[in-house]
Amino acid sequence: MKKEYIKPYIKKQTAGIMNKFGVSYNKGHREDILGIPIGNFTDKFGSPVFVLSEKLIRERYRKIYSHFSSKYPKAKMSWSYKTNYLDAVCSIMHQEGETAEVVSDFEYQKARRLGVPGNKIIYNGPYKPIESLKVAFQEGAMVNLDNFDELIKAEDAAKSINKKVPVGIRVNMDTGVYPQWSRFGFNIENNSAFNAVKRIQHSENLYLEGIHCHIGTFMLDPNAYREAVKKVVALMRKIEIMFKINIKYLDFGGGFPSMNKLKGTYLPPEVSVPPVEEFIDAVADTLLEELKPDEYPDVYLETGRSIIDEAGWLITSVDAVKRLPDGTKSYIIDAGVNLLYTSTWYNYKVEIDRELHGAYENSVIYGPLCMNIDVVVESAFLPPLPIGTRLILSPMGAYNVTQWMQFIRYRPAVAMIMEDGSLEEIRRPETLDDVVGPERIPEKLKKFEL
Amino acid sequence: MDRDKLSVLAISDSGFIFDPVTGHSYTANATGLRIFELLKEDKSEDEIKSILMEEFETTEDEVSVDVDDFIENLKKYFLV
Repeated sequence: MKKEYIKPYIKKQTAGIMNKFGVSYNKGHREDILGIPIGNFTDKFGSPVFVLSEKLIRERYRKIYSHFSSKYPKAKMSWSYKTNYLDAVCSIMHQEGETAEVVSDFEYQKARRLGVPGNKIIYNGPYKPIESLKVAFQEGAMVNLDNFDELIKAEDAAKSINKKVPVGIRVNMDTGVYPQWSRFGFNIENNSAFNAVKRIQHSENLYLEGIHCHIGTFMLDPNAYREAVKKVVALMRKIEIMFKINIKYLDFGGGFPSMNKLKGTYLPPEVSVPPVEEFIDAVADTLLEELKPDEYPDVYLETGRSIIDEAGWLITSVDAVKRLPDGTKSYIIDAGVNLLYTSTWYNYKVEIDRELHGAYENSVIYGPLCMNIDVVVESAFLPPLPIGTRLILSPMGAYNVTQWMQFIRYRPAVAMIMEDGSLEEIRRPETLDDVVGPERIPEKLKKFEL
Repeated sequence: MDRDKLSVLAISDSGFIFDPVTGHSYTANATGLRIFELLKEDKSEDEIKSILMEEFETTEDEVSVDVDDFIENLKKYFLV
């Protein structure tokens, strides 16, 4: 009888650098996702396939909202469409009670198509075409203005529909973090925000109703939110006194981190990422400290990544193994950076679909694109992987299925594990018709002979 | 491939390999040790692959890639 085959290996013995945290981020295997064998996903939907969990999305949302609403009486949440605007995902959020936070006319139309009333949409972003502003004003959306030119554009839009409409302004400020996000909105410290309000209050077609800010992304310091709340409340007070108006809402945007591992960070996310409650506490506690009970405005959070990132995975398959000239082991998988926009700044967690024996070594994981930049994971600590091994990359729920691009291959299916454990395809894989549909060939180019 | 270097290596049955020329030490698994033995017996790479296929539950494709990869590693470590 033949002996069991284990891939040959030889490893040089070196005095390694000790890992004082005892965590190896890219080590481990998982045979299922929430009880469903990995093979079931690829058998049903092909490889690669994105997987989302309805249950985890709802649980995470409820955890965040219940904490926020238990701390602040007028807590509201709005789903950040750009984080993941698949219809099924947005529907879960709207069923939970979140309104829609959109940053483009496309997202606005997508939310309306899904059935979100205009007055349940927050329209943010640095570019809003005038036609979309007219629609948003007609439908009663909460529009947060980004700059003076947009303010004038909004005035024109409101004038053209013979209305005086409420608007908010987006503001930015120094919250003690680097880099300071200053490109969006009006700056508080240089008085630009106050001047914008002055301009709005002198307008015949606009009046101010809210203040919005979004101080950064993947923020790791909750104290930055304390600073933001203090500065925004101070601005609100100044405006209310000067113009004798009531600000109806404050919106502190998003930016809370997920448990993904940022490139360049030494500590694992379990150590470096504060619990989401600390961020909510920073916002809510500071609001309660700064506000009198009779002046509580509605306060919105637009949390995206922190709700959905850990509710998503990508299952991908090893197609080839290659030893690079410098001795580094490398693998080629069937999902590239065109599907994984976030691979630019994250080191994903990499798990394999079975227990494998052999010496672990740092390996590079390449995608299938014919591009040198197609590096999905720069360094994953993996045992020798046979062809066909499925890798489970995570967290994957935020930004990938919105920022992915069609490039040389079709975009794959997105599956959802429903609360009852059943599987649904919430986005089918693309076909050639999906890709070439918008194309037109001029008559003279239609014929050629080779 | 320079196989003379193999004769100076001290190789234990448990997979510990010591190179007295450089002072470096290595560990290999059973399959790796078997390849070492076959290399020392002056078998060609094709012969090594055939022998492994006879002895182990594996396929030609898999063993071919793995033996090439193992020998590349030996070259990287200047063991052959």
